[in-house]
Amino acid sequence: MASYSTSEFKSGLKIIIDGDPCMIVDNEFVQPGKGQAFNRVRIRNLKTGRVVEKTYKSGESVEAADVHELEMQFLYADGEFWHFMHPETFEQIAADAAAVGDAKLYLKEQDSCTVMLWNGVPISMAPANFVVLTITETDPGLRGNTAQGGSKPARLETGAVVSVPLFVEQGEAIKIDTRTGAYVSRAKD
Amino acid sequence: MHWRPSANLQTLRARAEMLAACRKFFAERDVLEVNTPVLSRCATTEPNIASLEVGSALWPRQKWYLHTSPELAMKRLLVAGSGAIYQICTVFRDSDYGQQHRPEFAMLEWYRPGWSYLELMDEVEALLHSLRDASTLGQTQRFSYRQLFQKFLALDPFSADVEACRRCCHEQDLAVPENMGEGLNTWLDLLLSVLIMPRLDPGCLTFVYDYPADQAALAQVVEKEGLQVAERFELYWGPLELANGFQELTDVQEQRGRFAAENERRRNAGLKEMPVDEMFLSALASGMPLSAGVALGLDRLLMALTGSETIAEVITFDDAWQSQSE
Repeated sequence: MASYSTSEFKSGLKIIIDGDPCMIVDNEFVQPGKGQAFNRVRIRNLKTGRVVEKTYKSGESVEAADVHELEMQFLYADGEFWHFMHPETFEQIAADAAAVGDAKLYLKEQDSCTVMLWNGVPISMAPANFVVLTITETDPGLRGNTAQGGSKPARLETGAVVSVPLFVEQGEAIKIDTRTGAYVSRAKD
Repeated sequence: MHWRPSANLQTLRARAEMLAACRKFFAERDVLEVNTPVLSRCATTEPNIASLEVGSALWPRQKWYLHTSPELAMKRLLVAGSGAIYQICTVFRDSDYGQQHRPEFAMLEWYRPGWSYLELMDEVEALLHSLRDASTLGQTQRFSYRQLFQKFLALDPFSADVEACRRCCHEQDLAVPENMGEGLNTWLDLLLSVLIMPRLDPGCLTFVYDYPADQAALAQVVEKEGLQVAERFELYWGPLELANGFQELTDVQEQRGRFAAENERRRNAGLKEMPVDEMFLSALASGMPLSAGVALGLDRLLMALTGSETIAEVITFDDAWQSQSE
């Protein structure tokens, strides 16, 4: 089984801690004078996103996590699983709700999405930073509100509810920043 | 290729000024500058310090080691009657790599025959005050190792056992590393480096002195208030460890025993035993004057003087230690 020594620790390295795949956020080597050295690391659990601190005696080894990211195309959701396809091999995989997480709010069929796989199984994913989605439900726009002024909630085709300017209408396609859930603009065709 | 220096020109100038100021300080105090070899057939036996090995085409079966400190060679000079000496040199410690560590670094080491380690602490402080206006530093702090642990962790390192250290980690919300083992020193090192060092007053120098006897390294061990203490000190500038000093051990039998004990600890830890420096032991046997000595990391000192966050910022070219994939 592949493993890394603490001397190979650096940010971005993927290792297994307490049975979960994790990524090193940062690593600091500390040594008290002539004594035992330690590596103080901050680690992100790649399944939960939680960041924890951990200390290793320098020289210890930690099991490597076979984690990599793939651009995949979202095909459909069947109520329990979300199905994705590798754009080159056409291989299909299914991701459960825990792996899809908040990405489900922005996943539209045919769109591509960055899927993180651990031993070939999806554990998390990130939609494209910007996606274009159609508004399925929002209050009618008010006359005279063109460029400034208040906002209103709008439900999108994926089920996500975002805050949009008053002048945006039901049935329009809009551009959303998926990292913040913020409205960016009307989509230009 | 990133061929440019890692340190900027202002930092390179600050390095030159620091080195010039150190040499002026010692010249005024009549301390002799010396140079001793970087390569040696012997190496430190300290289990926590790893030596880099070097080969030569001249004698293919012989191994050399890059020195981890010029200590033993400088002590041979003391025995030879050199009087007070200092050295500025590059030393090498394999495996030490981090924001404040490189396997290759610059060291200032000096020895004062006839001095006590407490007097030498004062001289270390005077050197730093000659490099940085003392008014910009707070009052220097001085704690014995015992006081330090009592102040920051309410733990007496001279009576604590592994269980007490483990409890202390829990109280301080520190997840205990795996495979800590039953060696008390490993636990004390953890508490010191993770829980105490980061909390040292950032605006001033802190001396820590009188270590537990089995962290003596090459320091003399004496009994004080019923405790066996090593007459050793460390200097920190804020949380940054800068220097380590000793009341030097001069007893050859004791020294030989410590080398053997360290090699035994290496063996038990699955590390290679290192060849003991018999030249040094012969010198000790012919009578080394009572002396105090200290080694100070110059790259770290430059970090503190220039307010640099990482050692890479003060090293002229750091590329040898940048990972190949970056």
